[in-house]
Amino acid sequence: MMGRTNMRFAAFALLAMLWPVSSHAILTIEITQGVDTGIPVAIVPFTFEGAGKPPQTVSEIVEADLARSGLFKATPHKDFPAMPQDDAQIRFPDWRSLKIDGLVTGSVKWLTTGKYQVQFRLYDVFKQTQLAGFRYVIAPELLRTVGHQIADLIYEKLTGEPGAFNTRIAYITKDGVRSATVFRLQVADSDGFNPQTIVTSPEPLLSPSWSPDGQRLLYVSFEDKRAKVYSQTVGDGRREMIAEFSGINSAPAVSPDGKRLALTLSRDGNPEIYVYSFASRQFTRLTRDRAIDTEPSWSPDGRYVIFTSDRSGRPQIYRIQAEGGPAERLTFEGEYNARASYSPDGKMLALVSGEQGRYHIATLRLDNGALQVLTDTPLDESPSFAPNGRMILYATEVRGRGVLASVSADGRVRQLYRSEAGDVREPAWSPYNRELQR
Amino acid sequence: MKKQIQYGAMVILISFLAACASTQDAAKSSADDKDGAAKTAPAGSQKSAKELEMEAQLAQEELKRQRLLSEESIYFAYDSSSVDQASRPIVEAHSAYLMKNPDVKISIEGHCDERGTREYNLALGERRAQAVEALMKAFGVPEKQIKTVSYGEEKPVDAAHNESAWRKNRRVELAYKGK
Repeated sequence: MMGRTNMRFAAFALLAMLWPVSSHAILTIEITQGVDTGIPVAIVPFTFEGAGKPPQTVSEIVEADLARSGLFKATPHKDFPAMPQDDAQIRFPDWRSLKIDGLVTGSVKWLTTGKYQVQFRLYDVFKQTQLAGFRYVIAPELLRTVGHQIADLIYEKLTGEPGAFNTRIAYITKDGVRSATVFRLQVADSDGFNPQTIVTSPEPLLSPSWSPDGQRLLYVSFEDKRAKVYSQTVGDGRREMIAEFSGINSAPAVSPDGKRLALTLSRDGNPEIYVYSFASRQFTRLTRDRAIDTEPSWSPDGRYVIFTSDRSGRPQIYRIQAEGGPAERLTFEGEYNARASYSPDGKMLALVSGEQGRYHIATLRLDNGALQVLTDTPLDESPSFAPNGRMILYATEVRGRGVLASVSADGRVRQLYRSEAGDVREPAWSPYNRELQR
Repeated sequence: MKKQIQYGAMVILISFLAACASTQDAAKSSADDKDGAAKTAPAGSQKSAKELEMEAQLAQEELKRQRLLSEESIYFAYDSSSVDQASRPIVEAHSAYLMKNPDVKISIEGHCDERGTREYNLALGERRAQAVEALMKAFGVPEKQIKTVSYGEEKPVDAAHNESAWRKNRRVELAYKGK
């Protein structure tokens, strides 16, 4: 009944795989609010050795990532005292007047093997010391990835926190109207580049959820005219149906160890939380009550599942042990609290908080129960933490269209994701991409 | 409630049969008159005021029944899954139709407006569909003729982001399947 592959799904997956890479929904991300004083850095354009031009400009990617984070201020190139082509040419006293916290230099060299050697160094101008420096040898298609990885290292050295540039985002797009509507599940780099269509359907798609290794997406599809849960490998498009019981099959959430799936099934008459084991293919029921229980999400240590329940009248957030037990209510402020997820450090939740028909993104501190509303737009939903816990990606509405936006957990930095698609919704921030060897 | 409906249906049925009888009598009388000289006026004109009144009432009820059957959407208040009083006659009319036609199946589709979270709305849509299903079963429709499904907020009839659109989207749709 569930958890099997067959010809029909293989054919569907093949179709999804062969679907041309979508030029729709290229996301352009802009800062709409940054911190007043960003960390000043100067990024010298990386030198290039080889024929023609490299397919990607690595230093541009690094500079764009850091600027987009809202925490950095990249010095304009025209203000540089020099353009050192070689680190031996750097004269630190010349750079001191710029009062920068970090100076970045680098080089890209085309190798006869067809690969690129990318090298960078981050300097403290005042101490005249190197803070970081690495060399990579990579295939051309990984040039953007190496740029993001370098940006992450610089970010970490200068802020003390890990960056989240070497990540991806999954999201759903909706184009067309009425009988000509097309839904797509897409994955793009977290800077909006390289969107890939993973699934295309004339019927709704919902709730993408990443496996912790970033290889699979679990999602809900209405292709059979009702809600069913599927698992699909991002790389080769192989697909498996997980749940198609009578009633609703939805809200998949993969556990942090990748071995289990929390989801909502209403096969017993009303929506309840279940835990599915990928290995044994068994479903274990977690909640037993007549209310709606849905939108499960895991604690980072895999011990708890939080979920939305209206057992007290209207939706609130509850927590239950993953093995089962009594449910404990977590939200007491506000009429409507739903779709909660843990920050990576386990200290707070991002959720949707509603009041008088207006729905905002909020955080809940687990130590003292303090609820902080982060947005004031009225149709916000689907908050998703970056793997460094700093930014929360969510869906909102701007001028009648669904778009993605993000806000930092402290509310100080805001970004808007412009897209060419009709509507973009249901974002899910991926775990860290696999690190390139250095 | 069920007994009253059955009684009402009986009354309507008897009235209908009576009406049929009156019409047949009238037709028969006209036919007789054609044969011989009409000494008495045609039976039709001898219909009592009461009979005429009942005929008119039946015609009106038939029109009303058709109108109710043509209603395929039932609307809901914000965040609610109760079928309101105004919608009950619609459900009743469809229930009567289904009971008269045991080979016909109906799909009850639950929908929500866009506010709030998608997955919770998927569950709320199901609750609305189940409320209509429960009412149909209370009217006597066998379970095997009913199927429910929820689309949550995913299939609005009006994609605008205002009260007028939201009111139209908070609905259950009744869709008949073939035999």
